[in-house]
Parts: sequence; structure tokens; C-alpha cells
Amino acid sequence: MEHKGINLTLKVWRQQNTNTAGEFVTYQVKDISQEMSFLEMFDVLNEQLIQEDKEPIAFDHDCREGICGMCSMYIDGKPHGPWQANTTCQLHMRAFNDGDTITVEPWRAQAFPVLKDLVVDRTSFDRIIQAGGYVSVNTGNAVDGNSLPINKNDADASFAAAMCIGCGACVAACKNSSAMLFLSAKVSHLALLPQGEPERQSRVMNMVAQMDKEGFGACTNTGACEATCPKEISLSNIARLNQEYLLASLTSN
Amino acid sequence: MTWKEVFTSSVGKKLVMSFTGIFLILFLIVHVGLNACIWANDGGTMFNAGAHFMGNNVVPRILEIGLFAGLILHIVQGLMLELSNRSKRGSVGYAVSYSKGSKWYSRSMGLLGTIILLFLILHLYNFWLPNRANQGFLLGEEINLYAKMQDVFSNLWVVIIYVLGCISLGYHLAHGFQSAFRTIGVHNKRYNAIFTTLGYGFSVIVPLAFALMPLSFHFGWVN
Repeated sequence: MEHKGINLTLKVWRQQNTNTAGEFVTYQVKDISQEMSFLEMFDVLNEQLIQEDKEPIAFDHDCREGICGMCSMYIDGKPHGPWQANTTCQLHMRAFNDGDTITVEPWRAQAFPVLKDLVVDRTSFDRIIQAGGYVSVNTGNAVDGNSLPINKNDADASFAAAMCIGCGACVAACKNSSAMLFLSAKVSHLALLPQGEPERQSRVMNMVAQMDKEGFGACTNTGACEATCPKEISLSNIARLNQEYLLASLTSN
Repeated sequence: MTWKEVFTSSVGKKLVMSFTGIFLILFLIVHVGLNACIWANDGGTMFNAGAHFMGNNVVPRILEIGLFAGLILHIVQGLMLELSNRSKRGSVGYAVSYSKGSKWYSRSMGLLGTIILLFLILHLYNFWLPNRANQGFLLGEEINLYAKMQDVFSNLWVVIIYVLGCISLGYHLAHGFQSAFRTIGVHNKRYNAIFTTLGYGFSVIVPLAFALMPLSFHFGWVN
């Protein structure tokens, strides 16, 4: 592939902390290699800012291989940028052309307050998990492979739901800032397996209650979450969550 | 968990929207079926007989109370959810909005519903109110509703508003029909495929039939 260096204009959200007002600041970056990832391009920009004696831009990142769920940039009107089923760290600069202007914003949701620049506080997700996203059965030592028969389709559906990396792109994409895709992935993951059975009812009720408490919106099934999800978590998980909730609310004490 | 906790949670509120929505969908089937009698081309004899049965029989009249209750619940809950959901973005919104991932009408249920509500107020004022007032709001003498339709739909502006109301209803149903079934927990692929197809069919056929009614009267397609 032909190597190309591109020049870009970046409009980046800068905000000192949660309590101050933020604003867009425009930066120019030159000769950006198209083999770079989007975060590496930000590293270059930050080096440039440090050399100019300016404060570098704060952004979340960790594994940089698309599996940890830390990176969280809202790029040109889509969480994680223009590519499908992709995280910001795996977005490469070949997605852009020379002379492009790119707008970079943090996730915007009441339940995800901005900590600094592009970093948002996603501990609300941790508290939702703490409310019920676990199994408390004593599983003991590793058991023989087929001692606990699980339907292959259920195992696959559960695994597909467990793919969720909890990045929060679903909340960022949703017009209601709803966390339903995240929540439904976590509930489906355990509801489909026999190990999740003991807390099946209390799990869905407690996790929904915690989600509401954190200040996320209600789901209206628009499908924006599914379209932007880097792990392609299916919208049908939300319907499964609804069924779990309805059955639990009708039959629990 | 108390019933109050169930129905005030975000999922519970959706369930209320979905159950009342499905109830209103069933009402639309009855309404469009009965009104289609205008096309019998018998000068309104069959239509007026149907309207008389619905308006002068105690069972449909009791169901009417349920219809209004469902309608008000759907409207009030819908507006409250819309306002609440809009506040969840926080104080600062996006500079560039994300519009590619979802259909415009699925994001505009509040707007479409409000247009339908405004249409509904005019619609009740045109037909329901004068008819029930004539009955003394009990099982009394009704007005000639076929003649009333001829009269109301002679006004082009009313016809335009009715057609716009029907278009809004079509888009509202295009999302609402299948979304309602997802909300009550239908997640099997086979059933979702049925409800999605059925929903698109319903949202075209029923509002189209409704829209053809004022047009038929205005342009003299019925006699």
C-alpha cells in the first residue's frame, strides 16, 4: 500500500474538570501516517502540545487492541468513529483523507460526567454490575467438560452477549442516553446459562433499579446502540432483558 | 418488589407504553373496519348501522371508557418519558449528532405522537363530541354520522389535516408496532421477523385506508 502522510484539522473538546465549562479547541496536525491508529495520532498531537508547553489532551485508553473497553471518543458524530464494529484504538487514519476536519467529543450522558477533556466517569457501569452482574454459586474446581449440558445455541448466544466490553458507546449513541444494550448484554450473558439461574430474578430487577438510579434514560428500541456497538451486541438482548424483567416482576415475591 | 416499583422503573414504563400501544392498535382495526363501510356505496346505510351498534350498545360504550383510559395513559406516559429521556444527555449536547444508526421516525416518536394528539383533538371535536352530546352522553339518539362526514370533509383544510394525521400515524406505527412486541419480550428471530413485517404492513395499510376516507368524501368517490 502506498504510504501517505495526511494533514488534518482537529476540533477537540477541552474541559478542565467536571465543574467547569468546556469548549472546542482547534488543532492542526501535519504529515500523519495513514497506518497510525486514531489514538497514535492523538499521541502525536499531545507530543506536539508538550513541546509547545501546552497541556496535553486527556483521553482514556488501555489495551489498544480493541478488547478492554477504555477508549471512548465520539468522532464526527459516531461513537468510536466511522467504521463498523470497531473501537477508537482500532480506527486507523486511512479512514480519513488529507485536509479533513475531524470533530472529537467525549461520551455525553448525565450518567457519564466529563472528568477532563475526553475522559468521562463510567463508574456507573461498575455499580450496575455490582447490583447483580455476577453468580454467587460455589462452582468448585473445574468440572468435566460435558457434566453440565448446555444447549449449543444458548452457549453461543451467551458468549455473544459476554462480548460486551462495557465501553459505553451504546449510551453515547442513544438519543435517550439509555444503558439498555449494556445491561441487556450482562443480563443475557448469565440468564442463558444454568450457573446464572439462582439469582435470575433478583439480578434483572436489581440491575434495572441501579440503572435507573444512575440517571440513564429509558430504551425506545431505536437501534442506534446496536449500530455503533464495537462488539455488535444484538438488539434482541434488550428484548430478552424485557422478558426477564416482565417474568420476574410477575412471579417474584 | 412492589407493583409501584415495577411500573415506575424504566422497563416498567416501557411496558405500559407497549401494552397500551397494542391495545390502541387493536382499536384501530375495529375503527378502520367499521369506517370502511362508507365504501359500500349505499348512501351510508351500512355505515350508520355499524355506528349505531357501536354508539348505542352498552358493551362498546363500556369498552370506550377503557379506550380513553388507555389513550390517556399512552399520551401522558409518552410525553413524560420523552421529557425525561431528553434530560438524560446532561447539560451539554453533541456538536455533531448521530443519525445514521437509527431511523428518523424511531427517534421522533414523541413528535409524531404529538402531531397525532393534535389531530385527535380535532377529530374528537368533529365527530365524537357532537354525536355524544346529541346522545346526552348516554345511550340516546345519535346524529347521522355519514352526513356529518360529508359535511366535515367538504372543507379542504380539514382533509389536509386528516391526511397529515394519518401520515404521522403511519410512521408512529412503523416503529411502534414492532417496538411494542420487543418491549414485551419477543426476542425469537422467527417472531420478530413476523412482527416487523406485520408492523410495516399495518402501518401502511391502516393509515392509508383512514386517509382515503376524507379524500373519498372530498373528491366524491363515494355516494
